[in-house]
Amino acid sequence: MKPDSFKDKIVPVSTILLVIVAVWYVAAVLMNTPFQRDMDKRANVERSQVEFIGATLAQPKPILPAPHQVIVNVYENTFLRSVTSNRSLVYHAWVTLSSTAVGFLFGSLLGILIAVGIVHVKVLERSLMPWIIASQTVPILAIAPMVIVVLGAINITGLLPKALISTYLSFFPVAVGMVKGLRSPEIMHLDLMRTYNASATQTFFKLRVPASVPFLFASMKVAVAASLVGAIVGELPTGAVAGIGAKLLAGSYYSQTIDIWAALVAGSVLAALLVSIVTIVGRLVDKAMGGKPA
Amino acid sequence: MTRRTTDSWQGAAAILLGLLAMISIPPFESDATSIPGRGWSVAVFLLIFATAIASLIPMRRLVAAIILFAGAHLIAWLLIGSLSGNEGKATVSFGLLLAAGWVLAWRAATVLSSLKARTKFADYALRLLIPAIFGAWILILWEAATRGAGIPFILLPPPSAIGARLAESVGVLTADVRQTVFKAVLAGYILGCAGGFVAAILADRVPFLRRGLLPIGNMVSALPIIGVAPIMVMWFGFDWQSKAAVVIILTFFPMLVNTVAGLAAAGHMERDLMRTYASSDWQTLLKLRLPAAMPFIFNALKINSTLALIGAIIAEFFGTPIVGMGFRISTEIGRMNVDMVWAEIAVAAIIGSIFYGAIALTERTVTFWHPSVRGGQT
Repeated sequence: MKPDSFKDKIVPVSTILLVIVAVWYVAAVLMNTPFQRDMDKRANVERSQVEFIGATLAQPKPILPAPHQVIVNVYENTFLRSVTSNRSLVYHAWVTLSSTAVGFLFGSLLGILIAVGIVHVKVLERSLMPWIIASQTVPILAIAPMVIVVLGAINITGLLPKALISTYLSFFPVAVGMVKGLRSPEIMHLDLMRTYNASATQTFFKLRVPASVPFLFASMKVAVAASLVGAIVGELPTGAVAGIGAKLLAGSYYSQTIDIWAALVAGSVLAALLVSIVTIVGRLVDKAMGGKPA
Repeated sequence: MTRRTTDSWQGAAAILLGLLAMISIPPFESDATSIPGRGWSVAVFLLIFATAIASLIPMRRLVAAIILFAGAHLIAWLLIGSLSGNEGKATVSFGLLLAAGWVLAWRAATVLSSLKARTKFADYALRLLIPAIFGAWILILWEAATRGAGIPFILLPPPSAIGARLAESVGVLTADVRQTVFKAVLAGYILGCAGGFVAAILADRVPFLRRGLLPIGNMVSALPIIGVAPIMVMWFGFDWQSKAAVVIILTFFPMLVNTVAGLAAAGHMERDLMRTYASSDWQTLLKLRLPAAMPFIFNALKINSTLALIGAIIAEFFGTPIVGMGFRISTEIGRMNVDMVWAEIAVAAIIGSIFYGAIALTERTVTFWHPSVRGGQT
């Protein structure tokens, strides 16, 4: 089966997205109907069917906000507010982004270091690798609140604890991907390096590292997404100070459903941005190294 | 096979560390309440030097490994044992002694990993033992550091305290596990995986759906879906149903994407063979493509096992009845009962590993034909 080209995809994808939006509207009307009916009864309002549907889509705290309500909220909080206001989504996204980025950088570095160690030292491979894999079967995100609170107790607050969680979440994909990548050169190529009388360092930098680059970027894409999740979850227990996670928590405390959805949208946009940045950098590096487009 | 051990820098390092420890004696501050006697110090130093020197003498690897293993862990046992009553009073000398023990354990692991197992059982045992040494030393260092150096309990409780708390509150932990794992995670996991699987089969039947769903599924997997947790809690209430809903959403897409990829994994040759047998589409699906997709499906099941547990625990941060692992973690941390939080995390870790292990075992029996299981070249 050959991969679908962009042109093959565009129609089905947009159709399905349209269907999702349509279903969303219908669901919004249905889910908000009971509350609206109650309100109308209490206020003694008589509405026609069309007016009623319009009202269900314009509630201030709907059970399911309609897409246009979310979009308006995102637009207002992104473009109409000053960036420093704590109602601005840009501000919250920036807070989350900064800890995501720091965590991602440290996580990637740590992952690469561990991978280099594992590839070169046999004891490390045999004693560390099982634990690296086991560490991922552990629902480690559960540790997040503790890391935050405990570090907060000794006056380490703000960016660092959140970045720590992101680091933990993002080192794993990078470590595993890099081990695979550094091992990816074929025996034939390794033998060639031997015939050149290349030292281990030379083999490492001239063969293993270039061979591992595609693996590195593939795993960094996963890592950056994981890192963002880590940062968002890390913001939950801080008592809703700032960041997308805090926005979610505040929304759920005060039943501000539209705000929750807007925060979700902001988080998704952030994720898409981060992943595409990694993808683009990956392509540029690939090109700079003389890779041919597949 | 009598291959001998080679030079060990760890042995030399252990001797050096031992000598340094001797210079900086005593291992505990003078105002510690129960300083161990002279016999203890002699035993520790003797053990360190004897084991280190033994590691420098060429001998059969198995013998060397046994000596090193026993020596290093005896040292650790003596050191940890001497800590009670002396909390927070350990000196540099104690740290150096511990470091010597650790270096020797490292040597033991190095010798062990250079061993070539002759039987399958021995290979298996080795594969467990080497990481086990690593894990044990993490615990030893953790215990010694927290109790010896007197790290505040809130910051990091020693493993022994966590273990004690774990044993003490079995009842509470069981109730939490029942609420979070047996109700929310299992229900959500089964429904989410089944849903993703059915959607994948549908997408496979209808190319239009596949072209549309696959890019969306790929994109969604990068999004922080965990953020729907507050919405689900609002819709389905505080009890386990809302957590199951979060788990369903989290597990659906990995299953969908992986299954669709897996269904495309069967080769052209095999497909052509099925055609020559005049098998119908459904027969091809059931007898060729689904079995070929199994490694992908199990991959999704494994990814989902972790996601499901995380999803349920995080969703509990947004509101629960007064039971559940996420609830316990968030309330106990508020009361600064850090040992209880660690106990809960330990339980979560064990359950996560069992969950994962069970799926991995099933995978081995289902995909017995796969090269990675048969032990051939992948």
